[in-house]
Amino acid sequence: MNHILVTKEVSKSYGDYTALNKISLEIPENSIYGLLGPNGAGKTSLIRIINQITYPDSGEVFFNGKPLNPSHIAMIGYLPEERGLYKSMKVGEQALYLAQLKGMSKTEAKQKLKYWFERFEIGDWWNKKVQELSKGMAQKVQFIVTVLHEPKLLIFDEPFSGFDPINANIIKDEILELKKKGTSIIFSTHRMESVEELCEHIALIYKSEKILDGRLIDIKNEYKKNIFEVGMQTLNGLEIVNDLKKHFTISSETFEIEKNQLNFNLQVVSKSSQEILTHLASKAPINHFIEKIPTASDIFIETIQNKGVNG
Amino acid sequence: MDKLLLIIKREYLAKVRNKSFVIMTFLSPILMVAMVVLIAFLTRLNDSEKQIITVLNESDFFSNEFVTTETTSYINLSNLPLQVAIDSTENMGYYGLLHIPEASNIEEVATKTFFYTKEAPSTSILEKLEGVFKTRLEQDRLYKIGVSKQQFSTIEEPFTMQTATFSGELNVKGFNEIKAFIGGGFGYLIMMFIIIYGGFVMRSVIEEKTSRIIEVIISSVKPFQLMMGKIIGTSLAGITQFAIWIISGSILLTVVIFFFDIDPSSFDASNQMVGQGVPTAIPSASMINEKVMALGMEIYKIPWVMLISFFVIYFLLGYLIYSSIYAAIGAAVDNETDTQQFVFPVIMPLMLAIYVGFFSVFNNPNGPTAVAFSLFPLTSPIVMLMRLSSGIGEGGVPVWQLITSILLLIITFIGIVWLSSKIYKIGILMYGKKPTYKELYKWLKY
Repeated sequence: MNHILVTKEVSKSYGDYTALNKISLEIPENSIYGLLGPNGAGKTSLIRIINQITYPDSGEVFFNGKPLNPSHIAMIGYLPEERGLYKSMKVGEQALYLAQLKGMSKTEAKQKLKYWFERFEIGDWWNKKVQELSKGMAQKVQFIVTVLHEPKLLIFDEPFSGFDPINANIIKDEILELKKKGTSIIFSTHRMESVEELCEHIALIYKSEKILDGRLIDIKNEYKKNIFEVGMQTLNGLEIVNDLKKHFTISSETFEIEKNQLNFNLQVVSKSSQEILTHLASKAPINHFIEKIPTASDIFIETIQNKGVNG
Repeated sequence: MDKLLLIIKREYLAKVRNKSFVIMTFLSPILMVAMVVLIAFLTRLNDSEKQIITVLNESDFFSNEFVTTETTSYINLSNLPLQVAIDSTENMGYYGLLHIPEASNIEEVATKTFFYTKEAPSTSILEKLEGVFKTRLEQDRLYKIGVSKQQFSTIEEPFTMQTATFSGELNVKGFNEIKAFIGGGFGYLIMMFIIIYGGFVMRSVIEEKTSRIIEVIISSVKPFQLMMGKIIGTSLAGITQFAIWIISGSILLTVVIFFFDIDPSSFDASNQMVGQGVPTAIPSASMINEKVMALGMEIYKIPWVMLISFFVIYFLLGYLIYSSIYAAIGAAVDNETDTQQFVFPVIMPLMLAIYVGFFSVFNNPNGPTAVAFSLFPLTSPIVMLMRLSSGIGEGGVPVWQLITSILLLIITFIGIVWLSSKIYKIGILMYGKKPTYKELYKWLKY
C-alpha cells in the first residue's frame, strides 16, 4: 500500500516543553485516518508540521515518498480547529483570495467556487460580508475553501464542530465523497462516534507520544476481551450456567434470569466464540449471541488510563 | 512573490475600502481647514475683547502716555479719592485701576504707583503698563543728562544684524527658522505616519488573530510573507491617503488663488509662510513683497530634490522598522487593550525625537545632542531630516554622519524585522494569555 504521508521520529519542543516525542506515523493513501488524542496531546503540533507552519526539531516527514517541501503546500488542504474568516470581507472575494494563496489561478478558482456554491446552494452569498453570515454558514464557506484546490491530502481538525446535525451530515457525506474520489484524509477529533463511522486507520497520541496506531478493525480485535452477550430461551437457566462453568474458565459474568428467558454476559479466558456457541446451542434455543467488540471510545479511554497508571 | 503581491493587494483594498478610511481621507482636510478657521476666529474673538483700564492720575509727570489701542483702552478718572475710584472701577466691571500718586520726582511716582485688579493681572497688560513707565523713566533720566525728547525719539530706531556664511553667502533673516520649520514638518509627518499606520498594522494583525483566520492563511503562505505584505499594503494605503490630500490641497489652493484673484507671482512658492490678506492689509506691501521674494528665493534654493529623496529613504526605513515592531506587538497580544504596555516604549523614542528635534536641533543643528539623535536609528529618521534642511556638507550635515546614520538604520532595519518576524511567527499561534517581556524573549529562541 502506498502512503501519502509518513513521519519518522518527528520531535518538536517549545522551550522546555516537549510537544511531540519521536512520532512515527504511516498514513495510507486514499483512506480516512483518525488522529486521536485528548486536548493538548500534540495533535495540532503535528498537523502544523505537516502544513509546514512549523518545522520539526528532529525527524523527517515524507509526502508521497518525497521529503516534505514547500511545493507540497498546494497539495494539502487544512481546516484548522480554530477557524475564521475576515469578517468585513465579502464571501466570494475572500474565497477567491484564499484559493489564490493556495496557488490557484483566478479563473480556475472562480469556476470551482461556482460549482461548490451551487452544490451547497449558497450561490446568493457571494456578495455578502462574512459578518452577515451565521457561524454554521461561515463554516460551510470555510469547508469549500479547504477542499477547493482538490488537494491530495486533506486535514480536518474537528470538522463537525459548529455544525447542526443536518449540516454535519452534509459535511460527512462530502468527506466520504472526497475519499471516494481518491483523496487521503487526516481526521483529528475527540468525537469518537464520528471516528467509528469514518476512520479506517487511527493513531492515538497522548502526552506528546504515539501510544497506539493501526487499522481500526485490527485494533478492535486486539482489544476485544472475549466478552459475549447471550440471550437464551430456557426454564432452568441456573443449570446451564453451572454447566458452562464446568466447561469453560469464566473470569467474570453477569446473569439475569427472567421466567423462561436467560440473559447473560460472560468473559472467557480463551476459547473461540465458535466453541461456546456450539456448546450453548446444544442446551437451548439461542435468541442472540454477540461478541462484544470495544468501541473506539472504549479503546481511547482504556489506553489512556493504562498509560496514566503505568507511565 | 505572487503570494506577497496578493497579500499586499488584499491588505491595501481592505484598508482603502474601509469606511473610516474613506471618511478620514475626505473629512480630515475639511476638519483641518475648519480648525484653522476656528482658531483664527477664536483668537480674534479673544483679542477683540478690549481690556478697559481706569487711570487715577494725581501726578504731573504723566499726561498722555496711555494711548488707547486695539486691545486696551484707558479711562481717565481724575479728582476722585482712591477708594472711590477702586470701587467704581470694580462696579463698572473694568479690568483694573492704575493709581499714579503725586510725588516730587518721577522716580518716586513710579515706585509708589499701584495697579489694582480683581485678580492677578495678565502679564501682557502688566508688560504694557511697565513699558509705558520704562519709556517715561528712560526719557526722564536721559533728559537729566541733556538729551531732549526729540533726540530721544531718534535713537529708538530698530536694528537688524546682517549675517553671512564663511563662503560669503548672505543669509536672509528668519530663513534658518523656515528651514528648521520645513525639516521639522517632515519629521513630524514621519512620526504621525508611523504612529497612525503602525497602529493600523497592529490592529490588522490582532484582527487576524481574533478572527482565527491566521492559521488558514499561514498554511498557505509564510508568516514572514504575511507580515511584510501587511506592512507594505497598509503603507501603500497611507501613501494613497497622502496623495489624495496633496492633490486635493493643491486643487483647493488653485481655486483659492483663482477665486481671490491673488497674483501668485508675488509670493511664488512661499504662500504658506505669508498667509492670506498680506498684500492688501499692510500699506507697505511693496517692502513686504521684496522680503517675501527674497525668502521665496531662499526657499527655492533649499535642496528640495536632496531633501525629498532623503525624506523617502528615512521615511521608508523608519516606517518599516516601527511597523514591524507594531506587527510583532499585534501578534503577541489577543486584544487591543493589552497593547498599551508594549506600545508606549515604541512611541517614546518617536516623541523624544520630536522634542529633541524642536528644542535642540532648531537651536544648534550640529550640536552634540542633535548629532547623537540623528545617528541613533530609532530617532534618526525624524532628527536627521530636521538637520538636513540646512543641506549637506559645509554649513549642513557632514557626509560621514549621513552615511553612518543611514547604515545604522539599515542594519537596525534588518535586525528588527528579523526579531519581529520571530515574535510574529510564534505570537500569531498563541492564544489566551497576555505575554510578558520575559516570554517574548523566550519566543525569540524557539
